[in-house]
Amino acid sequence: MKALSVSHLLGIKYLQEEDLHLIFETAKHFKEVINRPIKKVPSLRDITIANLFFENSTRTKLSFELAEKRLSADVLNFSANQSSVKKGETLVDTVNNILAMKVDMVVIRHPHPGAAHFLSKRVDSCIINAGDGTHEHPSQALLDAFSLQEKFGDLAGKRVAIVGDILHSRVALSNIYALKMLNAEVQVCAPKSLLPKHIESLGVTVSTDFSHTLKWCDAVNMLRVQNERMDLNYFPSTREYSQNFGLTRDRLKPLRKEIVILHPGPINRGVEISSEVADSEQAIILDQVENGVAIRMAIIYLLASKLNIPIA
Amino acid sequence: MLLSDKKITIILNRLCYQLIERHGDFSNAVLVGLQPRGTLLLDRLVSLLVKSGIDSPKIGKLDTTFFRDDFRRSERPLNANATVMDQSVEGKDVVLIDDVLFTGRSIRSALTAIDTYGRPKSIELLVLIDRRFSRHLPIQPDYLGAQIDALQGDKVKVVWSENDTENTVYLEKHLE
Repeated sequence: MKALSVSHLLGIKYLQEEDLHLIFETAKHFKEVINRPIKKVPSLRDITIANLFFENSTRTKLSFELAEKRLSADVLNFSANQSSVKKGETLVDTVNNILAMKVDMVVIRHPHPGAAHFLSKRVDSCIINAGDGTHEHPSQALLDAFSLQEKFGDLAGKRVAIVGDILHSRVALSNIYALKMLNAEVQVCAPKSLLPKHIESLGVTVSTDFSHTLKWCDAVNMLRVQNERMDLNYFPSTREYSQNFGLTRDRLKPLRKEIVILHPGPINRGVEISSEVADSEQAIILDQVENGVAIRMAIIYLLASKLNIPIA
Repeated sequence: MLLSDKKITIILNRLCYQLIERHGDFSNAVLVGLQPRGTLLLDRLVSLLVKSGIDSPKIGKLDTTFFRDDFRRSERPLNANATVMDQSVEGKDVVLIDDVLFTGRSIRSALTAIDTYGRPKSIELLVLIDRRFSRHLPIQPDYLGAQIDALQGDKVKVVWSENDTENTVYLEKHLE
């Protein structure tokens, strides 16, 4: 019988390889559950979970909410733009107020890196990081790796490229940690201005030549250009970016292999990926979304089983 | 040892004939083995049924972990096993199959879990071993291999050998 080595999910960095395998194994069972006529299990019926979103999100928020409901947990939703945060309340106060309503777990998305970590040290609750600024997005990386594993089986030795706005991407960092932990080879590919300094210290190779990267990889994860996090111009124009780093049919044609295409969403069609490619058989973008619910059910289920709260 | 291989073979044959007596050609029946250990009994029964002329009875393997009532109450974390249910059980006559019936709690979780695949017409329970006087819930088997008496801390183990020649049921006494 196995349990997670952690009691919060703050980032992939804090997990062990066995944790990843346990989460994937559990997610596989939940994926079967969410394909039944009745897609719900009663495990967490005495647990209440608050989703605190201090930053916009559609898919992650829906995915977490659905995962919680499929597990029969009670769910509270909170969005910063309709709250007292605007009135000057601190993060810890906001969360403690919510916890005072007898909430057992907190899913948090926050624009500041380290927000989830900060909370886990200051409040007495189980914290799940749903994205903290440009730092980590562990549930996304887990569902990406899980989706790849479904395609490839073992990821050891598989070559995965992460392409696009590496500098502002929490998805990139979490993915690098997760893929390296599973012994995959990782290459990041972007214009120089969107590559963080010293990124190779994470054990990845770096490329600025997209064609070269495509020849090298078995799977490619296309990241969105995060205009909302850009304080200056990192490339001359969207058109130029798209010509050099956009994934199109014409780029895939000369490759004598079929690579697997991932995208964490939301997609900017015609920028980092063409419509034709995004809707092709090679793209597993919608599988990722389905797996997202199963992975989040697994994360919540496994963390909830470690909750130290009194039983009625 | 509680049951020898010879005894188990006789019991399995009897259970198989009882199933045929009740379900005829099995056209509306679904045999559901409970993970992890009930599925081993299911496999044996199915091969006996096939030998008796029942052509590929419908089967399923059901894991009830997520439906258990001891989540966060058990000392050990609950890890799931695979569920394989390729058909709906809507309107079917379901037979739940497990090796040992003890407190009845696994069966209760199975009764809830099976509902997620539709509303069966009826549900019956088949067990190889019934541990008498140890039930926490009002659940009794419809098909029964053997009844035994064991103390609370004792363990009853059904061991299936690979070639099916040395199957045994034995009692592990709880030592203080």
